[in-house]
Amino acid sequence: MKSTLSMTAMASVMALAAPAAMAQTEINFWHAMGGALGEKVEEMATAYNESQDDFVVVPTYKGNYTENMTAAIAAFRAGEQPHIVQVFEVGTATMMAAQGAIKPVYEVMENADIEWSSDAYLPAVRSYYSTPEGQLLSLPFNSSTPVMWYNQDLLDQAGKDVPQTWDEVFELADALQAEGHECAVSFGWQSWSMIENYLAWHNQPIGTQQNGFAGFDTELTIDESEDLANLLQRIADSQEDGTFVYGGRRGDSLPLFTSGECALWINSSAYYPDMVEQAEFNFGQTMLPLNTEAADAPQNSIIGGATLWVLSGHEDADYQGVAEFFDFISQPEIQADWHMSTGYVPITTAAYELAQEQGFYDENPGTQTAIEQLSLNEPTANSAGLRFGNFVQIRDVINEELEDLWSGDQTAEEALSNAAERGNAMLRDFEDTNM
Amino acid sequence: MRTKRVTFRHRWLPYLLVAPQIVITAVFFLWPASQAIYQSVLREDAFGLKTEFVGLANFERLFSDSAYLESFWTTIVFSALVAGLSMGIALVLAVMADRVIKSALVYRTVLIWPYAVAPAIAGVLWWFLFNPTIGIGAYAMGQLGYDWNHFQDGNDAMALIVIAAAWRQVSYNFLFFLAGLQAIPRSLIEAAAIDNAGPFKRFWSIQLPLLSPTVFFLLVVNVVYAFFETFGIVHATTGGGPGNETVILVYKVWRDAFEGLNLGSSAAQSVILMVIVIALTAIQFRYIERRVEY
Repeated sequence: MKSTLSMTAMASVMALAAPAAMAQTEINFWHAMGGALGEKVEEMATAYNESQDDFVVVPTYKGNYTENMTAAIAAFRAGEQPHIVQVFEVGTATMMAAQGAIKPVYEVMENADIEWSSDAYLPAVRSYYSTPEGQLLSLPFNSSTPVMWYNQDLLDQAGKDVPQTWDEVFELADALQAEGHECAVSFGWQSWSMIENYLAWHNQPIGTQQNGFAGFDTELTIDESEDLANLLQRIADSQEDGTFVYGGRRGDSLPLFTSGECALWINSSAYYPDMVEQAEFNFGQTMLPLNTEAADAPQNSIIGGATLWVLSGHEDADYQGVAEFFDFISQPEIQADWHMSTGYVPITTAAYELAQEQGFYDENPGTQTAIEQLSLNEPTANSAGLRFGNFVQIRDVINEELEDLWSGDQTAEEALSNAAERGNAMLRDFEDTNM
Repeated sequence: MRTKRVTFRHRWLPYLLVAPQIVITAVFFLWPASQAIYQSVLREDAFGLKTEFVGLANFERLFSDSAYLESFWTTIVFSALVAGLSMGIALVLAVMADRVIKSALVYRTVLIWPYAVAPAIAGVLWWFLFNPTIGIGAYAMGQLGYDWNHFQDGNDAMALIVIAAAWRQVSYNFLFFLAGLQAIPRSLIEAAAIDNAGPFKRFWSIQLPLLSPTVFFLLVVNVVYAFFETFGIVHATTGGGPGNETVILVYKVWRDAFEGLNLGSSAAQSVILMVIVIALTAIQFRYIERRVEY
């Protein structure tokens, strides 16, 4: 047993390996799924381990996405890397650029002695993690997309239907205010939900070079969308009568919705379990609102979440186990179960169909919103996803500039152009480092 | 000051006795510090696959970045507020506790308690209290007519991290002030009292001047604390926001390395911080220690 493994890993190794023979090869899998999600991951690994005798997959929880990725990179530098590491979507460019450190998933699967085709995966999910030639680099694991959560009780009170456009959102705000209720809308992960997904949803580019897919010499173009600037300005101005309340980065604004303060909340579909647990009113989820100034119909939204990357530097035989494990967890039954219990989208078409057959969407209306949004249309170069280096930092920059907009220190136009300018400097930095 | 001269019979014994200290310094300070200096002149991708020597480019980039220079100012304001607030409150409490005779031990114990709370936990605690939606502190201020939202208002966010950082430090300062006050001979205070000096006059003319070594010692300790140990508080409460209003230097070091995976820049920033702490320590020993009357 390696001394670098944490106590939890040791415990799980002992629990899993006890009945197994000594000849089994260990496959280390570092992930960032805490709590109930972590238990689900353990369940998957146990099911795989029981299904065969050659390999033992050892899942280890290493903290949040950032911590997990940093831990894996540090381990790689020390020559102690795991076989599989879970990396969030914005780390994609960093992982891709590290050509000596990763093994692309399509290569792992092709070299292994199994039958496998990347066509089984949903196009909107697959496209985010593929090369421009369509080769899958990492295995989609937990994917979600931003949706609009709504408080049905407040909609009834205002006598309005679920808004489908931004104009209707503001109409709802007026109706609510006539009833004496102030806040209509808030959102979280604002760079992802309000900029990246807004642009994809309205089929506009986020950056040049196919949103960075076609090369490191990409530049952000978020400051070129006039309708985005107008909408953000409209939202910022609407703070005056309390229509919009800013509730912080990431998911910090969740209580604004679950406490009944704001009627609408735009954030990940993966908040489903939180809603079930915390919201004491009738809630639902619907597609992102359309800005009719920008488009007549929506394109498709892009995903967030994480994928599994394979790191190089292990025995060739080990990768057979990695491939088998990937194939195992892509099975419709396992994916459908994962989807239904977590709110993440199913990653394969077969799993989606299975969830339909089992009547999950009839029993839980709205839960298919995310997947419908993702597969609304065949993804275009604008809506396939994005791939920018240093994007974790660029998102921080976007957060900072937007916060200066919400506090009234600058206009939406200034916020977007500052964000693009500062972001582009980071993109150049990444390009220089990885030349 | 007279120094006692001790002679060792064996030549190697003194070296042996200081060896553990030197080994610890080498392992936990000299080695990491030299690594930081080395890393600060390199540009490297996250995995360490491509390394390039870039000289002082990382430093040049930092000093031409207006966000980094703002972060200096933010840190100075933050440290001054934390040191001022925590020392001020601790001094008042210590003077009060010094006068209490009944159940003095209980007061002292309760006042020292917060020091045992880890910074990140203190941060989360204050985050809950002042959450604009569900926090009881934010609610109370709403009742008083102040619309608290540290997600949006830079001053609210700064106030939050200052309170969270100072709260914990009050206990530490309290201990030193109380010890300092108790070391002042009672006869001096009683003499002043006989000369008709009130409690405030006695404090101002007798206790405070005699406490000045403690005050200066704590000033340096508190500034160093605010500069280097408050990362957890910022991380758990504001995350540097809104905008970059609460990005203090040490938080930026962490963020650039662990979120941004930009090791060169992060190392350059730690080297700058290291220079600052060395300067602070030098000032303390060279000037302040000398001038303060003991």
